[in-house]
Amino acid sequence: MGIEPDRLHFSWISSAESTKFVEVVTGVTEAVRALGPHQKFVKTNVKVA
Amino acid sequence: MSNYTDKIREISERLLKEGRVDMVIGFKQGTMPMMNEPCFVKKPEDVSKLVWDSHCGINLANYLTDRKEKIGVIAKGCDSRNIVTHIIENKIKREQLVIIGVPCKGMIDRRKIASMSDAEILSVAEQNGKVIVKTKDAEKRYERTDLLQKNCALCVHRNPVIYDELAADLVEEQKNVDRYADIREIEAMPPDEKWHLFDDLFSACIRCYACRNACPLCYCPTCFVDESRPQWVGKSTDPIDTKTFHFLRAYHCAGRCTDCGACERACPVGINMRLLTRKLEKDCFESFGWEAGLSLDQRPPLDVYKTNDPEDFIK
Repeated sequence: MGIEPDRLHFSWISSAESTKFVEVVTGVTEAVRALGPHQKFVKTNVKVA
Repeated sequence: MSNYTDKIREISERLLKEGRVDMVIGFKQGTMPMMNEPCFVKKPEDVSKLVWDSHCGINLANYLTDRKEKIGVIAKGCDSRNIVTHIIENKIKREQLVIIGVPCKGMIDRRKIASMSDAEILSVAEQNGKVIVKTKDAEKRYERTDLLQKNCALCVHRNPVIYDELAADLVEEQKNVDRYADIREIEAMPPDEKWHLFDDLFSACIRCYACRNACPLCYCPTCFVDESRPQWVGKSTDPIDTKTFHFLRAYHCAGRCTDCGACERACPVGINMRLLTRKLEKDCFESFGWEAGLSLDQRPPLDVYKTNDPEDFIK
């Protein structure tokens, strides 16, 4: 629908897999930071009276 | 296909007289050409109201939701698949229904006909595969196959999948139909292009919810768009709100949509929202080998867990 594939991540992480959790979160953060701020699905036409 | 009318009336009269059903849901002639209306016949003497022609595109499964009576319902291929879905989802019981199956050769797209002439259309009739359109000063003939609704041209389940009575002999199914050529094109686009495509696609939407109302799958007592506590989605025609509505509605139909075309048919501004539902249909088929509404014995993929469900997207 026009969202970059790198913005969305799925992962199974057990509560015991702390290292995997750190890896995934770092990976997600880097991937999303590389894409920059999300400009879509932001209402730009909203007018507040 | 219009010679089905007599048979439908005969079956309906018999069912009503024998008391096997309390009413028959079918179509009656609309007040304008090409606009047949759903019709509820409760007395045997009223069956003459029932008609059948190429303008019976409305999905009658929509009128079965939570009904308590015994009902005779007229069902094309797509309607019958939606009836199966209704039964699976406990919206009606199989025992309540006498399904009058109508093998279908596709419905005619009234917008195509209307766009071909400037004058008011007075009548539309059919003869030997030709459609005869009469206006005040002219009479034109078209090939029926050129005028089919888009979903009917792609249909691969023209015959009803369940029925108790048949209004005519089964028809030959269309083979070698490429249902997803346009979907593959969109899939191949980069994200920005997709975004703009959907921007354009839904720009005309007036949020009238006719698509939702015509859809037999949309039977929630309170639709998510009507909820105000919490308000899931804004009610304005802001492009973001509109897109959110369409994307979410399509997702609610995932693994359930039979591509009956009711949504697109009902849309007053002619939006092809079937692009979304067909993408989900394609995904369901590719991931789970699932086509909605073909069997009463199989649970839909979204309510069963299988160990071989695809999970490549999970890292």
